[in-house]
Amino acid sequence: MENIKVPTMAEFMAEGKQPEVLFWVGCAGSFDDRAKKITKALVRILNKANVEFAVLGTEESCTGDPAKRSGNEFLFQMQAVTNIEVMNAYEIKKIVTACPHCFNTIKNEYPGLGGKYEVMHHTQFLKSLLDEGRLSIEGGQFKGKRITFHDPCYLGRANNVYEAPRELIRKLDAELIEMKSCKSRGLCCGAGGAQMFKEPEKGDKDINIERTEQALETKPQIIAAGCPFCNTMMTDGIKGKEKESEVAVMDVAELIANAQDL
Amino acid sequence: MNYIPNILFAIALISGIGYFATNVKKLIRNLKLGRDVDVSDNKSQRWRNMAMIALGQSKMVKRPIAGFLHVIVYVGFVIINIEVLEIILDGLFGTHRLFSTVLPASVYGFLIGSFEILAALVFVSVIIFWMRRNIIKIKRFWSKEMTSWPKNDANFILYFEMVLMTLFLVMNATDVHFQAMDTGNIISQHITSWFGNTSSETFHIIERTAWWLHILGILVFLNYLYFSKHLHILLAFPNTFYGKTRPKGQFDNNEAVTKEVKMMMDPNIDPFAAQPEGSVTDTPAKFGASDVQDLNWVQLLNAYTCTECGRCTSECPANKTGKKLSPRKIMMDTRDRLEEVGKNIDANKGMFKDDGKQLLDDYITREELWACTTCNACVEACPVSIDPLSIIMDMRRYLVMEQSAAPMELNNMMTNVENNGAPWPYNQMDRLNWKNE
Ligand code: SF4
Ligand code: SF4
Repeated sequence: MENIKVPTMAEFMAEGKQPEVLFWVGCAGSFDDRAKKITKALVRILNKANVEFAVLGTEESCTGDPAKRSGNEFLFQMQAVTNIEVMNAYEIKKIVTACPHCFNTIKNEYPGLGGKYEVMHHTQFLKSLLDEGRLSIEGGQFKGKRITFHDPCYLGRANNVYEAPRELIRKLDAELIEMKSCKSRGLCCGAGGAQMFKEPEKGDKDINIERTEQALETKPQIIAAGCPFCNTMMTDGIKGKEKESEVAVMDVAELIANAQDL
Repeated sequence: MNYIPNILFAIALISGIGYFATNVKKLIRNLKLGRDVDVSDNKSQRWRNMAMIALGQSKMVKRPIAGFLHVIVYVGFVIINIEVLEIILDGLFGTHRLFSTVLPASVYGFLIGSFEILAALVFVSVIIFWMRRNIIKIKRFWSKEMTSWPKNDANFILYFEMVLMTLFLVMNATDVHFQAMDTGNIISQHITSWFGNTSSETFHIIERTAWWLHILGILVFLNYLYFSKHLHILLAFPNTFYGKTRPKGQFDNNEAVTKEVKMMMDPNIDPFAAQPEGSVTDTPAKFGASDVQDLNWVQLLNAYTCTECGRCTSECPANKTGKKLSPRKIMMDTRDRLEEVGKNIDANKGMFKDDGKQLLDDYITREELWACTTCNACVEACPVSIDPLSIIMDMRRYLVMEQSAAPMELNNMMTNVENNGAPWPYNQMDRLNWKNE
């Protein structure tokens, strides 16, 4: 067991305190083995920067994004209303999450159901810590490495966040190289719209393979991601291409944490 | 004086515009078949979008070659239409080049000169467009949904433009009086020489013929629009105005569902109590969309506006990897079905008679709908603010909420969300276990 501090909202409440920000972990971040590493990397950065954050822990439940994108509006709203009740009871004002799907849903679709919060993707939040001088980023082992960033659809096109993750990568003194289709024209990894949970429809290729090929064209040493689902898809793609030994798929938070041996 | 030409002209003009008006009426009637939707938000953003995207062609130029050529044709088209005003007045009043008598020769020359240059540029651009489609065979113009009619439609318009531009230049070139003015005939003077030693009598006949064909051609073109993807030259303006102004990732929350959910969650409401009167009408008869009448009128306007350019499809991750889904086809199917429903209503004295068909299955298959990753690439790519994704989502809602017809794996995922609060079968009580692992 490592030495990380992860207080819950209930604990803060018991002490009569409010955290600075709620860390919305999300289902992937809580249960998926690969994504849990991202969650912990982010926690270590937050601990290091002395950010007073809290998680909902067992009071957190799926935002409802995969249900909504499958077309089950009813299940989505049940999930949303339940989560909103919990968060409003804790008087949550500000939320950070490492999942663009949770980010998009809470930021855009919860307000209409009574959940109004300031919501930030973790790359935006880390960028703000950097700007406020609360976080310093070193290149460490990533100095001079060729890194390409894969834009998550629900961060980029869906919400026009393109720069925060890139600025963080540049701070690592890494060589940020762009894929042919990037930013607003970035190609999906294939997981969105609940595709993550089903076999793809019939076609002649899997979408994550197509995207991995685009990424490999840039001859990267690292493919940086900002979404646990993109991470899985790209990791599978790299495995499919038998490039695991040359190319790593890492979340931006992991890059920052690992650079400082956190 | 002989009034026959004036009368013939007036008849042509009135019937041309009259037929166009009936089609516009039909179009509006068809749009109204859709559900109502609130578009009163973000007014200033909407005006900005229309100015930038429709008037300013900001999305077109994202693909520089096609964008540049399109801007030429578009600017040419709009500006040369000033000349049509003169032609109409001449036709009605039997004058000849009315503006040349009211405007100073230099101004008139400048105007016609710019029209001539634009006409020549349009001509060249249209030829390049034709080559891109038919010789270079750019992939997005040859996808499956580009069956014979959409392909012909695109080519017809290109031929039409070539002919209209030629007629305009020939009309100027053979106008002895205009050539004698020797101002503004930048291009046409060279064409004049092609005719060699033609008598002034023949010149006059050619000039009149070109003049008549040109204006009749424009009236035919106007009436061709309704049946063509070229409706976008008019509808791009309202469509960019009514297009989505919220973040692309934000999908609508269904209000009827909200009411139901609130009721279920509220401990003070007795779910078995008698419903207050009128509450039944609050719930839509059906969730999601299985036919065009279930879509809202902006989605239907989207369908009529689609230029069939295929930019959406060429960016679609599902389509790129060989899946059946093509967002362009979603739009074309929606328009075709809407036209079919419209004709059905016309044929049945204003009432829709069930024809045993619907948009779902008869036009758009489930396989297409389930291939979408909701990535918004199509929405981003569209040069006229069309949202194919919103139609896909409404149809998925119908499948899931009305028919419980989601793919099995998605049903499993949703059961997990319902029972465990996560898409996988993990216990919600284990949600913080990662902390100690
Ligand atoms: S949102 Fe769906 S239809 Fe549109 S580009 Fe993405 S996968 Fe294709
Ligand atoms: S929806 Fe837009 S991008 Fe797609 S074919 Fe129609 S006009 Fe082109």
